[in-house]
Amino acid sequence: MTNQNQTPASKMPEVETVPTAWQRFKDTHIWNSFIKDRVAQISLTIFMGYVIMALFAPVIAPFDPYDPTQMDIMNSELPPSWDEEMGEEQFWLGTDAQGRDLWSTILYGTRISLTIGICAVLLQATIGIIVGLIAGYRGGRVDSILMRFADVQLSFSTMMVAIVVLAIFQASFGTELYQDLAMVMLILVIGIAEWPQYARTIRASVLAEKKKEYIDAARVMGLGQIRIMFRHILPNTLSPILVISTVQVANAIISEASLSFLGLGMPVSQPSLGSLISSGFEYIFSGAWWITVIPGVVLVVLVLVMNLLGDWLRDVLNPKLYKG
Amino acid sequence: MIAFFIKRLAQAIVVMFVISIISFSIQDNLGDPLREMVGQSVSEAERQELRNELGLNDPFLVQYGRFVKNALQGDLGTSYFFKEPALDVILGKLPATLELVFGASLIIVFLSVPLGVYSAINPHSWFSRAVMGFSIIGISVPVFLTAIGLIYLFSIELGWMPSFGRGDTQPMFWGWESGFFTWDGIAHLILPCISLASIMLPLFIRLIRAEMMEVLQSEYVKSAWAKGLNPRRIYFLHALKNTMLPVITVGGVQIGTMVAYTILTETVFQWPGMGFLFLEAINRVDTPLIVAYLIVVGAIFVITNTIVDLIYGLVNPTVNLAGKK
Amino acid sequence: MPLLEVRNLEVSFGLRSGDVKALRNVNFTLDRGERLGLVGESGAGKSVLGFSILNLISKPGRISDGQILFEGKDLADMSPEELRNIRGNRISMIFQDPMMTLNPVLTIGQQMVECLQAHRNISNENARTIAVQKLQQVQIPSPETRIDQYPHELSGGMRQRVVIAIGLLMDPDIIIADEPTTALDVTIQAEIMELMVELCERNNVALILITHDLGVVSQVTQKAIVMYAGRIIEQGPTREIINDAQHPYTQGLMNALPQMAIPGQRLNQIRGSMPSLQKIPTGCAFNPRCDYLRDACTKQLPGYTVSGNCKVACHMVAELKQAEQAPHEA
Repeated sequence: MTNQNQTPASKMPEVETVPTAWQRFKDTHIWNSFIKDRVAQISLTIFMGYVIMALFAPVIAPFDPYDPTQMDIMNSELPPSWDEEMGEEQFWLGTDAQGRDLWSTILYGTRISLTIGICAVLLQATIGIIVGLIAGYRGGRVDSILMRFADVQLSFSTMMVAIVVLAIFQASFGTELYQDLAMVMLILVIGIAEWPQYARTIRASVLAEKKKEYIDAARVMGLGQIRIMFRHILPNTLSPILVISTVQVANAIISEASLSFLGLGMPVSQPSLGSLISSGFEYIFSGAWWITVIPGVVLVVLVLVMNLLGDWLRDVLNPKLYKG
Repeated sequence: MIAFFIKRLAQAIVVMFVISIISFSIQDNLGDPLREMVGQSVSEAERQELRNELGLNDPFLVQYGRFVKNALQGDLGTSYFFKEPALDVILGKLPATLELVFGASLIIVFLSVPLGVYSAINPHSWFSRAVMGFSIIGISVPVFLTAIGLIYLFSIELGWMPSFGRGDTQPMFWGWESGFFTWDGIAHLILPCISLASIMLPLFIRLIRAEMMEVLQSEYVKSAWAKGLNPRRIYFLHALKNTMLPVITVGGVQIGTMVAYTILTETVFQWPGMGFLFLEAINRVDTPLIVAYLIVVGAIFVITNTIVDLIYGLVNPTVNLAGKK
Repeated sequence: MPLLEVRNLEVSFGLRSGDVKALRNVNFTLDRGERLGLVGESGAGKSVLGFSILNLISKPGRISDGQILFEGKDLADMSPEELRNIRGNRISMIFQDPMMTLNPVLTIGQQMVECLQAHRNISNENARTIAVQKLQQVQIPSPETRIDQYPHELSGGMRQRVVIAIGLLMDPDIIIADEPTTALDVTIQAEIMELMVELCERNNVALILITHDLGVVSQVTQKAIVMYAGRIIEQGPTREIINDAQHPYTQGLMNALPQMAIPGQRLNQIRGSMPSLQKIPTGCAFNPRCDYLRDACTKQLPGYTVSGNCKVACHMVAELKQAEQAPHEA
């Protein structure tokens, strides 16, 4: 078995160079349509900007929003610096009700929102892929039980499940302990509530793949079930996984923001974009629009570029997604 | 038809069973009913006696059986806060929420079908592109932000619409009231209904467009063209009827989501409905109210799904409601 | 004047990478009551030709050049209303897969009545009576009950009979049948084909039969057209083409028929496969697969040579003819 990998290389004429991964990528359909699609380019650029903002938030941010000594209540509700009457140079986007620098808080909030979104989707994907592979590959009764389960789970909407579960935890843990655990809880709840999306899509593509002959061939060769599932079927379901993942991260970020808005998510002391908007909502009537509007725009743009990327990927890869 | 109802009934029982177990576990673990009933001054021995009397020391199954028995008789306990039967409190708020869902559904149905169909028929026109552009933005804006934006624009800046509450309502039947019959009530309904619709409308436009475009590629639509039929008949009978089949199924699932989103809309607009009440109940740890809400929402899910299945069966001839081959 | 005359037809598909020509320089005529076979591998352009006769090519395709004269009037140049008057009325079409051509959510009756009402001012009852008659003509048992059923309640063969009945509803002048039997069980195929030919003969309807099956063409049609990569490469009376194919491609198709194989040996097949329309070789499109390849074949598009009653697009026709007539030396 170890020799097998070397055989094709040694047979190849020496003149011909093996194309590098990058060269091969440049020939692909994805790359070709990417260099033609302006919307996809802009979306990806903005998204990378967000990722950099989130990764390097402690470096970029002029203040540490978690450090109470850097907050001064006297600085609260200052408008952005371009407001010549009230704005102050050091607070680019103004301050929130507790006197925190809004720019720094948004950087940290983006970090939290993205982390929760990505981790929740990783959890969804893990559960969903395993269940979908098993259901699709085994078929029969296992399949119908798992899928019925997914149907029931899906018919209670994510928001409903998340609100109920988080509310109960908040009530039984007490607010303080809950605030410490909020991030983990959000990831768990959003992750668990949405797994059927993956499971159904994966199952559909497994069923489609299973009919193809190479699976029969693999089985005839005596390969184990797990090996066939993960090494042969799973790689062929990658494009639907990629497409739903993009959209699911966007959805998870919206769910997190909505839950935080209801006071069931991240606490104000450690705000995500959603809790920041929520804390600003009280002040919108008194004219302090920026506490709500600026994080709102940041959130919407993040979700929008992810959805645009998801749309673009769906058009390019054109996977068969589960419908209905 | 009978087979259909038996199947539906079985599903309903399973769903309600799950909800009742969840609800009961909440009731069992959340908050101490004794604390709500008696003060701090009662001694430990008296508490134990009261516990025995109330059956709180009985085995889990016995307690659960009692819960189900009471629930079937419509008794879901008494709200700690309102001191009234929890179910009555929830049902009293039901019309306000249903009103919202109904208004939002009207907006969704009357906008998504024509917009979706139009943009499927003319995918390259500037109007379709604008619709698709708006719809992807619509999907990306969380419902509470839409609501806040609407309040900021129409209530605070322009002052055209009221920003919270239900306004004047008129009595209907069963002692329920609705705002659909007064101008003031409708003015209060507009913004909340738009924000509730804003989350589903783009989804449905995109769904209808995608399904319709697929159907327009199908052989039977091509053969309808080859038969020389009127384009209107092809689009609105041949294509639309097939387009609506998956849309109806998805719509059934989305009604559940919509009920969940009423919690968000009602919070922003301080709409006196079930969702707003539910959040208050959570903050007050008013367990019987929480339980009553869950059960009412569960019932709404079951009922709407049954109705959606019925409609689907009526539209789709390949589904046989009678259950015979 | 022939019933239908196609002149210099060219159909292009506007793709992002540029226009692709799905049909080039197509010419043929069809007389009343005549039966014409369109033969070729999948992708040769025969279905596109069928659709373009009704001006029904879906976007991004379009008729980019030429004329389709039906009773002297150009279909490529008609208004949508005029076209609607012809489609389903004077020229009707039968599609490949009866599972897909009937709308699953409408009853058979609805789909027949709507066609009658689209072209004639007729009451529901009268339209229904005609529909029942037509169902009887295509030998559907108890048409009065069948008419109220949905497509999924009928078997595949039954459905194709319904599709044929719809095609015959308006007593058209031409029926275009695109692989009408390929999706059916082998046992029913002959039956359906026989029925169709019989009905065409009885009503003096011209038939354009699109198929890849030379066997069917030889049994059913009087005239045949062989297509390759969007071009007609050989056309003429069916009997002449079957008995004495001129073009190397047609010969290859004939040799590939199972009847031509020698028992115990491999089936003859044409090596290689048809090029995609974006990568058509220069010169004769068939040259990479041809056994008689000459210099001219890779350089120049062959024109049409008249040979007997046939027209052939091949540089080698004359040479091949000679070789055939000369006694075999080897």
